[in-house]
Order: sequence, then structure tokens, then C-alpha cells
Amino acid sequence: MGLIYALIAAGLSLIFGLMDVVNFAHGEFLMLAMYATFGIFAATALDPVLATPIVVGAMFVLGAFVYLAVIRYAMRAKANIGMVQVFATFGLGITIRGLAQHFFTPDYRSIQTSWLAGHTLDLAGIFLPVPQLFGAVLSCLSFVALFFVIRRTDFGRALEATREDAGAVALVGIDKNRVFALGWGLGAALVGIAGSVMAIFFYIHPDVGSSFALIAYVTVALGGFGSIFGALAAGLLVGLVEAISATVLSPSMKAIGIYAVYLVVVFMRPRGLFGNL
Amino acid sequence: MASQELPGRDSSAVAPRAEAGGRERERIDHDASLGSFARRRHRKLAVAALTTVAIALLPLVIHDVYLQNIIVLTLMYAALSQSWNILGGYCGQISLGHAIYFGIGAYVSTLLFVHAGLTPWLGMLIGGVFAALVALALGYPFFRLRGHYFTIATIVVAETGLLLMLNWDFAGGAQGIQIPYGPDSWAHLQFARDKLPYVYFALGFALLTWLVTFLIEDSRWGYWWRAVKDNAEAAESLGVVVFRSKMAAAALSAFFTAIGGSFYAAFVSYIDPDSVMGFQLSLLIALPAVLGGIGTLWGPALGALVLIPLTELTRSYFGGSGNGLDLIIYGVLIMVIALARPEGLTSLFGRTRKARATPQARANPEARANP
Repeated sequence: MGLIYALIAAGLSLIFGLMDVVNFAHGEFLMLAMYATFGIFAATALDPVLATPIVVGAMFVLGAFVYLAVIRYAMRAKANIGMVQVFATFGLGITIRGLAQHFFTPDYRSIQTSWLAGHTLDLAGIFLPVPQLFGAVLSCLSFVALFFVIRRTDFGRALEATREDAGAVALVGIDKNRVFALGWGLGAALVGIAGSVMAIFFYIHPDVGSSFALIAYVTVALGGFGSIFGALAAGLLVGLVEAISATVLSPSMKAIGIYAVYLVVVFMRPRGLFGNL
Repeated sequence: MASQELPGRDSSAVAPRAEAGGRERERIDHDASLGSFARRRHRKLAVAALTTVAIALLPLVIHDVYLQNIIVLTLMYAALSQSWNILGGYCGQISLGHAIYFGIGAYVSTLLFVHAGLTPWLGMLIGGVFAALVALALGYPFFRLRGHYFTIATIVVAETGLLLMLNWDFAGGAQGIQIPYGPDSWAHLQFARDKLPYVYFALGFALLTWLVTFLIEDSRWGYWWRAVKDNAEAAESLGVVVFRSKMAAAALSAFFTAIGGSFYAAFVSYIDPDSVMGFQLSLLIALPAVLGGIGTLWGPALGALVLIPLTELTRSYFGGSGNGLDLIIYGVLIMVIALARPEGLTSLFGRTRKARATPQARANPEARANP
């Protein structure tokens, strides 16, 4: 679970940290990815595991589109830029949720048959459900790929440079909008991975995103804005704390443990664990 | 970097903000004319008085209970957003956890009424004071945080409060509390059918928060808060006690938000944690101020006037069937206003005023006609 949180948070962290925009529609992105997985499964009976690349591709396009259609204009605002972004993405989130409710109906759906569902792996007495394990492995791979993209490719460097100084990169021939659109696409694609994995073991309904979105914001802030590694570490921590507080307190109060950890951490380190912004 | 972006950074850090309200003040500074300053204040008061009278007369024309209901909600959100605006707009500390103060107000007055028979009027005050104390207790550690870290901390605390209330059985738990019906009475703030008393109470509440904002705007606190918002370090260096300024704004803001919560509880006579402490509520409290014009005197009222009737009407026309059309309209509306008018709806008026302030008018302050 921690790795999945980390993955959701990484997408958010990428969008936030690299572009200074908080995406309040992130939970809705997750919801859409889950529906996309379900849709492919329902229409073609393709196994969710195989559908993942398609969903990720679709989410990439969606993320880039959202940037070009909405966020580009929100970033242009001169006054109250923070609030404009918050409420532009918040409005977007509500719109997406409304669209989902309109077209998919508010019914709960789930994918029953998958290669992985229902299997557990017995590792020296510890039983691990296979879908979650699959998600964890996929998350690890995604993180490795993400680090590679950010640190080692021209695109990753362009992304960081554009955040530092959009005017200066324009002088060396980098198109700010193109870079940011790709960045949004990448952020959405990460949620796409998380969504397609989660579609296997979670109920899918239009409001599913909001319950994870809040945890994702806390995770990003906990790790420190702008730090992908922070998001990974914080995601693991959040998953661990959630599991512990669910047994120590009660399952309905498990989020309190996460919140308490966030508060304690930011009081000691006001910029999160690994934040530099 | 990011932390300073959130409160809305203005181009002029030292001069008053170049926003709708700030623009006036800037010009006043140039004029250095106390006469025009007083006139401007009188004009604002006159507009407020006229608006109040007009709204007070409205129920004489509108008898429909449903429409009166919308009037009550609009006034209530105008007042709540005005309270939020004190901390979020003037002082620049963006809280998205105001639902906790609203919930405190709703629960304190309701529990006192149901279990001790205390009139909601007193319960309201007790709730308000309690919320202000909570705001001070939270502010002590929170105001060290900046930008998004602060905002997320406010969300986290409100969510914690929500979870605690959901699991606190004495206070009704997840089922909430139903206020027992009694005969209509002002003392219990209870009216079974009649919406009119609620209209007047909400109107009084909205007027009160407006007046408080009006009085503070040009007081020393008002200037301190705006200085803190624009540049806390610069303000500190000029002798503004930043921390205490934030605390005062938080306490005042929480007090009035809690009063709104108590009123809401009396109005709908049923409360549960999700409806009085949920995250959606925190956003709804902030939204009118943001759409109307953050940190402006008229912004919250204007934002509520546009937002609440539209929300309620789309909900009743398209909602209920669960097809999501009401959500789509609501979401698109928020997005469009936020993108099209980043300074808020009050900037529409600011623009016409600016257009009228031609060079001649600038030279001769007397020629600047009333907008």
C-alpha cells in the first residue's frame, strides 16, 4: 500500500514540485485511470495487467491535454496565482467527477477476474496478496524509470530548468508549454499506473479519487515539495503508519495516525523530510 | 519559492496592494486627502445600508419558501466567507480547514441546547469563543509553517476533527444529532415553517461580519495584516508583530465562522460530522471570497451572491437524478471564473472605476464621480 501511495504522490509531486502547481484534480485522475482499466476489461476482456500500458498512455495524453486546456491559463494569472490554480484544478476535479457520474453512473464496480486476483503468495509464513505485490513491484519499476527520466534525460533537465527560470530556457530554445505539457502528461501517467493496479483490488466509483487525493497531498508535503525521492520515502512511511494505526487505534481512525505524523514532521522540519522549496 | 506564491503575491510589496480595494487606497495616499478618505468610507457604509434594506425587504416580495431558503444560505455563506477572508484574504494565511471552526460552533451550541437546555444564543457565543481558543492553540505551532505546508496542516487538522467527531458517540457519532422540535421561539432560534426569522438572522450575521471587516480594513490591524500578507519579513523589520497579527486574525476569523456553524445547526436542526466538518465545507467557505475577490471588502458577498444561488438552482434542476450534470455545471463555473477573473469578480467594478479615472480626474480629485 505504501508503494502505491508513493506512486500517486510521485505524480502529484512531479506536477507540484517541478511546476509549482497543486493539482486538486489528482484524485479524479486516479479515478479516471481506474475506470479506464475497468472499461478496457469490460469491453475487450483484456486482463488489467495487460491493459496497464494502454491506460498509462491514455493518462499521459489526458495530463498533457489538461495542461494545455486549463493549467496554461491558470499559470498566466497575475494576481492570486496560488488560489487561482487551487480553484481551477478544484473546479476541474468536480467537473471530471460530474462527467464520470454522468457517463459511468454512480454505481460501484469491480473487476472480479484477473490473473492475479484472489491469489496469495506464501513467503515463509507471511501471506501476501498477489495484486498488491504486483502493484508494489510495478511501483518500484516506475520509480526507477522516473529517476532515470528526471536525472538522465534531456527532457528531465529541461523540466527542472524550466521551473527555475522559464524566461531563460526560452532563450536557449526550450518551449515552456511543451515541457510543462509533457511534465503533466508524465504526472498523470504515474497516476495511471497506480490507477490500473488499484482497479484490480478496489471498488471503482466516481468518488473513489477523493479519499486517496488527501492522503496524496499529505504524502507529498510530508516528503517535501519538489522531491521525488521524498515522495517515495513519505509514501512508504504513510503506508506503514496507516497499517500500524489501523491496528493500534481502529480502522476508521487510521488516517489520524498519518495526519499526526505529518504534523510532527512539519513542526520539526517545516519543509518536509526532503523538501528544498 | 512556492511558499510565498500562495498568498497571492502582489507587484508592489511596500505600497498598498494593487487590487480593487488597494487601488483606491493607493490613490488616497497620493491625494493625501483625508476628506476624500472619509467620503469613501461613508459611501461604502451607504451602499451597505442600502443593500441591507433591500435584502430586508426582499422576503416581502418573495414568499416562496425554497427561494427564501436560498437567500438564507447565500447570506450565511457571504458571512462565513467574510470571516474566512479576515485570515485568508487580508492576512494571507490560506486555511482550507475552516470547517473545523464551523463544526465546533455547530456542535457546541447543539450539545449545550440538547443536553443542558441552553439557548443557542449563549451556545453560539460559547462556541465562538471556544473556536477562537482552538484557533489560537493551533495557530501557535501552525503559523511557523509557510504556504502549502500551512494549508495542508489546516486541512489535516480539520480532517482529524472530522474523524474524531465521527467516532465520538456522545456527540452522535456518524449519525449526528437531531435537535428536538419545540414551539417556534426566538429564544431557541427555532421556527418550524417560517423561514423569515432565519433570513433576518442571516442578514444580521452577514452585516455584522461586513461591519467588522469594514472597521478593521482601515485600522492598524488591517494595515498590519496586509503587510504580513505581502511580505512578512519586510513587515517584521518595520516593527509589525507578525506572529501576533496572524493570531489575532485567526481568532477573529474562527469566532465568526463558529457563529455561522451554530446558526446553521439551528437552521437545519440536524447536524452530522460530514455536513458540518467535511473538507467540501472548508472549500465552500473559502470559495465565495476567492471568486468574489480575495482580500476585498465586497468580494465574499459578491462571490456568494453569484455562487450560492447558482449552485442551489442547478442542484434542484439537474441534481437528484445522480447524473452528475449539477457537478459539471458547478465545476465548470468555478474553473471559468477562476481563470477569467483571477482577481475576483470585484475587479469588474474596479476596472470601470479605473476607466473613469481619466488624467483630468486624476488631477482633480473632486471630479472623480461615484461609481
